[in-house]
Formats: sequence, C-alpha cells, structure tokens
Amino acid sequence: MSNSGYVPNLPNKPLWLLAELTYACPLQCPYCSNPLEFAKYKNELSTDDWKRVLREARKMGAAQLGFSGGEPLVRQDLEELIAEARQLGFYTNLITSGLGMDEKRIKAFKDAGLDHIQVSFQASNEEMNNLIAGTDAFQHKLEMARLVKKYDYEMVLCFVLHRQNIDQIRDVLDLTVKLQADYVELATTQYYGWAYHNREHLLPTREQLQRAEPVAHEFQERLKGKMRIFYVVPDYYEVRPKACMNGWGAVFLTIAPDGTALPCHAARQLPGMEFPNVRQHSVEWIWNQSPDFNRFRGFEWMKEPCRSCPEKEKDFGGCRCQAYMLTGDAANADPVCDKSPHHHVITDVIDRAARIAAGRESVARPILFRNPKNSRALLEAEAKQPETPQPA
Amino acid sequence: MAEAKEIKPTGKVYGADSVPQIVRGKRLQWEEAQNCWVILYPEGMIKLNNSSAEIMRRIDGTRSVAEIISDLKRAFPGVELDNDVYAFMEVAHEQQWIRPKPAQ
Repeated sequence: MSNSGYVPNLPNKPLWLLAELTYACPLQCPYCSNPLEFAKYKNELSTDDWKRVLREARKMGAAQLGFSGGEPLVRQDLEELIAEARQLGFYTNLITSGLGMDEKRIKAFKDAGLDHIQVSFQASNEEMNNLIAGTDAFQHKLEMARLVKKYDYEMVLCFVLHRQNIDQIRDVLDLTVKLQADYVELATTQYYGWAYHNREHLLPTREQLQRAEPVAHEFQERLKGKMRIFYVVPDYYEVRPKACMNGWGAVFLTIAPDGTALPCHAARQLPGMEFPNVRQHSVEWIWNQSPDFNRFRGFEWMKEPCRSCPEKEKDFGGCRCQAYMLTGDAANADPVCDKSPHHHVITDVIDRAARIAAGRESVARPILFRNPKNSRALLEAEAKQPETPQPA
Repeated sequence: MAEAKEIKPTGKVYGADSVPQIVRGKRLQWEEAQNCWVILYPEGMIKLNNSSAEIMRRIDGTRSVAEIISDLKRAFPGVELDNDVYAFMEVAHEQQWIRPKPAQ
C-alpha cells in the first residue's frame, strides 16, 4: 500500500458551484463584488429551479457548493435547498454576514446537513464595523460567531481588509483570538463591482501592507496548531497575476440570482458575451457547449506576452475581468503581471493611493455604498452616458 | 481543488488500541464523477487511491487500529499490511483528516 493517497486529476468538471441565491442584502458594504447594476436583476430563480440546477450540476461532478449572495439568509427556502444539496452529496458551505441568522435557523441548517459556515466581518470594532457596513450589525455577528461553534461547526471568520481598516489588523486578530476562532481569513479586497467603483477609497498603500504583514505573521506563528490564519497581499501589489478561478470554465460555475451562468461571479460585465441562463439551458450544455464558457478555455485565445509565456499554464494569464476593466480587452494579459505592456495602469493606481493617503491628492468621487438606490442611480447615469473601462 | 502535499509524519500518535475518527468538517464519500473515494472539506476535495480508501472507510470512531487491521486482513487475505496501516494513520493525522478519539 502507498502512503501518498492521491490519484491524478481527471478531465475538467465544474467541481465548484457557487449559488448566488439573491442580490438582496441588509448590508451596504462598499467593497461588495456584486455587479453595480444588481438592481436591474429582479427575477430570482424559484426553489424548484435551484433544485434542478443542483441536481444537474451534481450529475456533472460538482462536489462543493457555496450558498452566497447578496445575503443568502434572505432566502426563506435556504433550509430546503441545503437539505436537497446535502442529500445529493454536495459539501455545503454557507457564506454569510450572519444577519438574518438566529439559533433556530442555525439548528435548522444543522438538521438539514449543512457542512460549513463562514461568517464575514467588516472590521474589529463596533464603530468601524457599523460605519463600513452601514448598520448595527456587530453585536449580532459576535453572537452568531459563538452560535456557530455551539452547533459544532468550525468557527470560520472572514475579514475584508482595505485602506480604511487594515491598520487595525492587530485589533482584528485579537478579536478572533477572544472569540476562539478556528480559521481566520484576512481577505484582501478584490477590485470588482462596487469595490472597483470605490477603489480609490479602498486600496491600501504599500506602507500599510508593510506594517500589516508582520502582524499577520506574528499571529500565525503564535497560534500555530490553534487557529489557522490565511493572509494574502492584494494582487495589485504582486508582479504575477492570480490563477483566477483556476482558469476560465475550468472548475468554477457561478449561478447568479436570475439564473445567469457565469465562469466567475464578476464576469457579467464582460462585453460581447451573452451568458446562458439555466432557465433556458441545461447545466450540461452551459458547461460543455456554450460559446461563452469555451471562450477563454485553453490557451488559443491568448495574446502576447501570455501566448509564448512559460508561466501561462500556471496563471492562465490572470483574470479576464481585470484585463477588461484595466486594459479594455478581456483577452489581454492581466495587467498585474509586470510582463504586461499595461502594467503601468496598476502602478499608477498604487502611486495615486499613496498620494491620496498622504493628503497630497483627493479622491475623485465620494465612497458609494452598495444599495439598490445607488445601483438604480448608476443605471440611470449609465443610460445617459455609458461608462467604458478606463483606457490604458 | 487543492491537492494535499506529501507530509512526512513527525511522531507516533496511533497504537493498536487507538480509535481514529474523521475530524469535524471533513467528510468521506464515494464520488461517482471521480470514480474514487474522496475526502471533502471546506472548499476542497482530496481524491484517495484504493488502499487509502480501504483504510479510511473503516475509520468510524468506534473501531481501534487493531480492529481495522483485522478487518482489512479478512478483506485482503494474505496481504501483509500492518506497517502500512500504522504509517497511514500518522500521515492522515498530519494531514488533519483524522484524530484519535480521547480515551473514555
């Protein structure tokens, strides 16, 4: 017998299904990755639609399921969907702010077979948290974090870090120790959707990162064996792009609240795509046959410098959405890569963040909270004057 | 999905009387689409080869390592597997797939 225990990967299947059940959310986080125009998608899938999607995706080989949103707890059929998913053999993850949760619901999730809960926090102290989230959510979240543990789940906490709160990283980690968390994700803001719109307010400076990193490492060392801490530097500060979604149409399948199928949750903004909808097509057709899911598979679509790059099989040229947002062409290299001729777009943004933080320049527009009113206002402005990506 | 790294066990945790159990949050199941047994955990999946799966399937939080070995010997007569099972327990422990059940 061998101790190694692993067999090689089989051909690609949609292993990871992200079910964005709703865009509704009681929070208004300005770093939300939902699309800016979420207010225009009103037609949510029904319980039966979701059950069919779950069955079809499971048959295709999907094993991991994330219930997300918006805030998935807004859906009153969540318990029913968890039970269905678990019965199909999914490993079920709930990605939540904790708002809308109470003990009765956690117990119902447990009974339905929910495997895992991740609770997201906005910051370490009540004031900052309520400021960032725009509600009195904090005490409730602390209570929910404790309840998660009471129902024999690992306590998994996610803190989204950005310029406004990254200097409080020590307070954040002290809080997680006090709560006896099992796993803490210090998630750096990813600049999509609302976060992209608010980027000038959110991107940390290089100095902030240099201060934060040793603190994260100090806690990692100190809590070895007790609490796992996951910390990553924002990709804007890297010189190689992330292997976004492990490649387009490789393992991830997102279903948006209205049934639109996406290779990642930010892809909706890409031009020239008409992403298929599960109301019209089977998951099998969408994954294997649809033109959009095949669009950036493999390496044929690549331009230089990716096409001849020895690292293309490692990072797949980075993120298509980031390439589109920052260079105007989704088939370009992700400009995070310093081999990209557009890399200066990233360094310019970093330099400007430093000047803004130092008070030498001011932000171009006020921070915009993610809510239906602001979404509708953006849609109206868009109708008058279409917003194009920033030219490189 | 994450592929677990090869980890060399650092100590001996499991004896004949130890009762291993799968840790909270991890789940062993047959995965039809992969044609193998897998361990599922938050955001990941580990595919098991046949011999690892045969051992893992017998870890139920009630059977001791010695009982698991006897059971395997009944299923695979004539195979010398004691050392492999003990070694597997240590690796699975390092990987945080299993924990010994505290003595009653």
